[in-house]
Amino acid sequence: MTDLTTLEAETYQKPRNQWWDVWDQFKTHKGALIGAAFFIFVLIFVFLGPIFWTLDAQYIDIRARSQGPSWAHPMGTDQLGRDTLSRIMVGGQTSLLVGLTAMLLALIVGTLVGVLAGYFKRLDGILMRLTDLFLALPLLPLLLVIIMLFRDTLRAQFGPEKGIFILIVFVIGITSWMQTARIVRGDVLALKEREFVLAARSIGTPPYRMITRHVLPNVLSPIMVSATLGIANAIITESALSFLGLGFPSDFPTWGRLLFDGTDWLQRNPERVIWPGLAISLTVLSVNYIGDGLRDALDPRIRGR
Amino acid sequence: MLTFTIRRLFMAIPTLLFISLIIFLILDLAPSDPTASLPLTIPPEVRAEIRASLGLDEPIHIRFLLWLQQFFVNEPLNLFEQWTGWTIGDGDRTRVISWQTRSPVVDIIAQRMPQTLWVVGTAYVVGILIALPIGIYSAYRQYSIFDQAGTFITMVGFSVPPFFSGVLVIVIFAVQLGWFPSVYDTTHVVVDWDSFVVQLKQMILPVMVLALQITSQISRFMRASMLDNLNQDYVRTARAKGLTETVVVMVHVLRNSMIPVVTVIALGVPQVFGGAIITEQVFKVNGLGHLLIGAIQGGDIPTVQTLTFIFAVLIVLFNLIADVLYGILDPRIRYD
Amino acid sequence: MKLRHLMLGAAAAFALAPVAAMAERGSDGQLNIIYWQAPSTLNPYLSGGTKEVESASLVLESMARFDSDGNLVPFMAEDIPTVENGGVAEDLTSITWTLREGLLWSDGTAVTANDAVFTWQYCTHPEGGCAQASYFDGVESVEALDDRTVRVNFAAPKPFPYTAFVGSESPIIQAAQFADCLGAAAPECTEANFGPIGTGPFVVEEFRPNDVITFVANENYRNPDQPAFARVVFKGGGDAASAARSVLETGEFDYAWNLQIDPTLLAEMESNGIGTVVTAFGTSVERLHLNQFNPDPALGDARSTAEGGPHPFLTNPIIGQAMSMAIDRALLVEIGYGAGGQPTCNVLPAPALYASTANDGCLTQDIAGANALLDEAGIVDSDGDGVREYEGIPLRVLYQTSTNAVRQDTQALIKQWWAEIGIDAELRNIDASVFFGGDPASPDTFQKFYADIEMYTNNFAGVDPEAYMANWRCNEIPGPDTQWQGSNIQRFCSEEYDALVTEMSQTAPLEERGRLAREMNDMLMQSYSIIPLIHRGGVSAHANSLGGVRMSDWDSELWNIAEWYRIDE
Repeated sequence: MTDLTTLEAETYQKPRNQWWDVWDQFKTHKGALIGAAFFIFVLIFVFLGPIFWTLDAQYIDIRARSQGPSWAHPMGTDQLGRDTLSRIMVGGQTSLLVGLTAMLLALIVGTLVGVLAGYFKRLDGILMRLTDLFLALPLLPLLLVIIMLFRDTLRAQFGPEKGIFILIVFVIGITSWMQTARIVRGDVLALKEREFVLAARSIGTPPYRMITRHVLPNVLSPIMVSATLGIANAIITESALSFLGLGFPSDFPTWGRLLFDGTDWLQRNPERVIWPGLAISLTVLSVNYIGDGLRDALDPRIRGR
Repeated sequence: MLTFTIRRLFMAIPTLLFISLIIFLILDLAPSDPTASLPLTIPPEVRAEIRASLGLDEPIHIRFLLWLQQFFVNEPLNLFEQWTGWTIGDGDRTRVISWQTRSPVVDIIAQRMPQTLWVVGTAYVVGILIALPIGIYSAYRQYSIFDQAGTFITMVGFSVPPFFSGVLVIVIFAVQLGWFPSVYDTTHVVVDWDSFVVQLKQMILPVMVLALQITSQISRFMRASMLDNLNQDYVRTARAKGLTETVVVMVHVLRNSMIPVVTVIALGVPQVFGGAIITEQVFKVNGLGHLLIGAIQGGDIPTVQTLTFIFAVLIVLFNLIADVLYGILDPRIRYD
Repeated sequence: MKLRHLMLGAAAAFALAPVAAMAERGSDGQLNIIYWQAPSTLNPYLSGGTKEVESASLVLESMARFDSDGNLVPFMAEDIPTVENGGVAEDLTSITWTLREGLLWSDGTAVTANDAVFTWQYCTHPEGGCAQASYFDGVESVEALDDRTVRVNFAAPKPFPYTAFVGSESPIIQAAQFADCLGAAAPECTEANFGPIGTGPFVVEEFRPNDVITFVANENYRNPDQPAFARVVFKGGGDAASAARSVLETGEFDYAWNLQIDPTLLAEMESNGIGTVVTAFGTSVERLHLNQFNPDPALGDARSTAEGGPHPFLTNPIIGQAMSMAIDRALLVEIGYGAGGQPTCNVLPAPALYASTANDGCLTQDIAGANALLDEAGIVDSDGDGVREYEGIPLRVLYQTSTNAVRQDTQALIKQWWAEIGIDAELRNIDASVFFGGDPASPDTFQKFYADIEMYTNNFAGVDPEAYMANWRCNEIPGPDTQWQGSNIQRFCSEEYDALVTEMSQTAPLEERGRLAREMNDMLMQSYSIIPLIHRGGVSAHANSLGGVRMSDWDSELWNIAEWYRIDE
């Protein structure tokens, strides 16, 4: 019985899912593993941390204001005596969620527009003129208009925090896909004329398959770079938005905001900029390494070696 | 390629007109107001009169057509008159007037251009010149110490926003060390070597902050694109043919890797003219970025409209240049 | 009459002041001033912003200015007209100014009474959109009696006639320069607007809008020893923290304006010993407005209007009183304002004559008392969620203000104190250009007040509060029928109050006016529709090597720049 099951299992596993190959290759990439481990650590830190570190991020303890690191406040406090550690944790939740979703949105829109424009000649003109339009729009007045038109509706629909979250992700995503689109299109234009694409097309591969099997995998690396830069961009843009009063309420911490508020205190309380600055940089760095590993793992030419 | 370029240039006219209309609509919808920055001691009736004197009570299509006429007819004619000294018609036509300063927008833009080009332009060139070698070498020696250090510095450099890095360099180099000024003097004129040194000194900090961002971004794309190409079959073929390593990397691989980099660089040029809002603010460079943000906050629609439109022209133009360059880099790319 | 004492004091101060300036004109080199918001024009009639008015005050002057104590000091005029010296008519319907003898414009031509008449025509032209038109409110005509005498005639008795041609907001411009710039042509005179000819101590050398201005000493200035500085560079741009840094840490600049940054940081910068922080108090009060109308979003366009009905709980003064008691104003000052603020319980805190003392109980925080007050009134937390209910409605408020680091700190602190008395606040901050923009299409303007509570600073220009107190009349309530124009932001309405406003407009004796203003202030305070927090002053900094700074919040901060000099070290 036992023999049979193992045998069955082996034969069953024989046509191995290609994602296992990807994982095997990913595992050999040391930077990617460290990056992934660190990213998971950051996720645990910001989402599970508040369970163990129970100080309220919004609680003002005025006697403890502008303190350096101590046992009661390992990362010090801000000018109102709010605990920096718990603010980094709570702020990280928002920043990571905004950063990841906004980046994904921008990436999906950008890649879609870029591939369609590069691959289908008929769509190229209109899609690229649309990209030009979005690049030319004045960002701030546009934001003011979007906020004016949609904030109250979204707030009524999803509540103040979720409503603003959707708005911010939408706003950042919709205003930062253009670079990705231009880059992907440029690569696709060149790729389209390569021999293997011509070969695949000559045997009658339908466009959908062409794009998913031959085009997309070959434009992955610029997309990965865009993704990494996109996260950093989204986290910083979010702080700029809340500074303009277009983002989350002012007592709602995010990494970008903590860094912004701490900048004036650079000389007196350097830990106020060091921690959020490190959090943003290291997160972006870890995403970068994950991206590197993924790219290598998804590249069949490298995978075999 | 020539017919393509000409066709695209003609296409650009309706595109730009459409873009300018959209910009105008957005600006009109936006809730900023030219009287917002006035003290509250100024009563509402006076504010209403100020708005009326700015022409804000006209219907939107009239204001848009007026702007079109001022920008596309009156301003070029005025420029032409200035250059040639001739007078066309009665020579008395309204120009695009800023609501904040009540003076011609185009003159202010011309006044702001030098400091923007000095600072942001230099930073862009410096950034590209550093980024390309870093990107190429990092890819060629992937996972070497140079590559790892480069990755670390560029990623941290991109993650640290200029509102922080600007203040940081001011605190270090202006406050603590006292080497460079923290305030940019826009009236400074370069006439000799000494004044050039003064100019260099006041440029160094903002250029440093800006170049870090630009370098980070471009070197990442350069590296990724080089990596893609280094493993291609044609590289092996080239090496097998006995070409030197320098020729293989610097001619064959680099040329094929430039497409995404050219895209990014072309996208960045209009932003050079757009100035760098935050860096200009931190160092008080008062270039075009400062003009734009001030005009937006002051609800100065003519200035914002004119500036954004000029950026739109540059965007369309440089994206066209990028498309032409694709064709030169990779002759297989055809548009017609 | 108290005003006369003020005037005498002013004259004495003026006589003593020039002692400091012993140096000759232009001997002290260059003066560097930084305003982190840059002036966009030098014609204060075209842009009423503080930065434009103050930068123009180096060039353009008026008959008289207010000194650091709010006293009138003659500038272009020979002396201050009063009823006693016959300068103000007995029936208060006219004021007659006499120009100094031999007063010259900076181009060397003589100043005449016609320039004042022209200035009045310029600002009251119906198509001009003059930003300072309110200074000429009630002025029926301005006439030149002879070359040096100007009479301003009022349509009705004007108890406080020092508005037109007084203070930096209504300076006299040169008729010859602006003759072709009347009405709709005003914006086209770019050269004149960027380089007005004045009688002040400095002359414009170069003006770059929103960037930098360079001035040089006026060769024709009336005092041959002044100004001590040969050049002034007036730089704009950046933010308050970097402006403070350039005066107090790097020493690149001599004077920085409006440094509203964290007082701890400012004190730390000042401790470098390079510069000094100076403050001056006028009438600015940071206050909370409690919406007396219902701002419930469910009401749609009817919210915050009479049609939408009264607010479900903020019309109850007990709740407002408890909210006020829960606030520790001294701590707000310590955290956000430092030397630039004082706790206040009045919406009209100055001048001394008008300041009430009846409400000073609010100066000490009393959370227990506030809780007891609410408990007694039966406003308790009946469902155990930590928020009290009033007639079944939970006390949850939306608390909005403009974007500004200090305001956001204040919001956070007040939110916490209110939480301690069972009132829940949701915070919102709005970009200042929208909040103060008054665009009728935007839901976020302070006039529309689509929130329960909002916070900002207001003040009045000059030293007379009559127009300011008239802000809270019933017919000043903003609403859709008036395009949301109106100054009664919290929608307070009382016939008794309106009667007092009318009475004040007909009362001339100063003591009596003081009593009326205090009475109105107290009536507002006891309605608890408005909760004053901080009496705010201007905060600036100057280098220790700069002498003669006497900062005034009643007028331009740079009102006496002619007397500034370099202290030799």
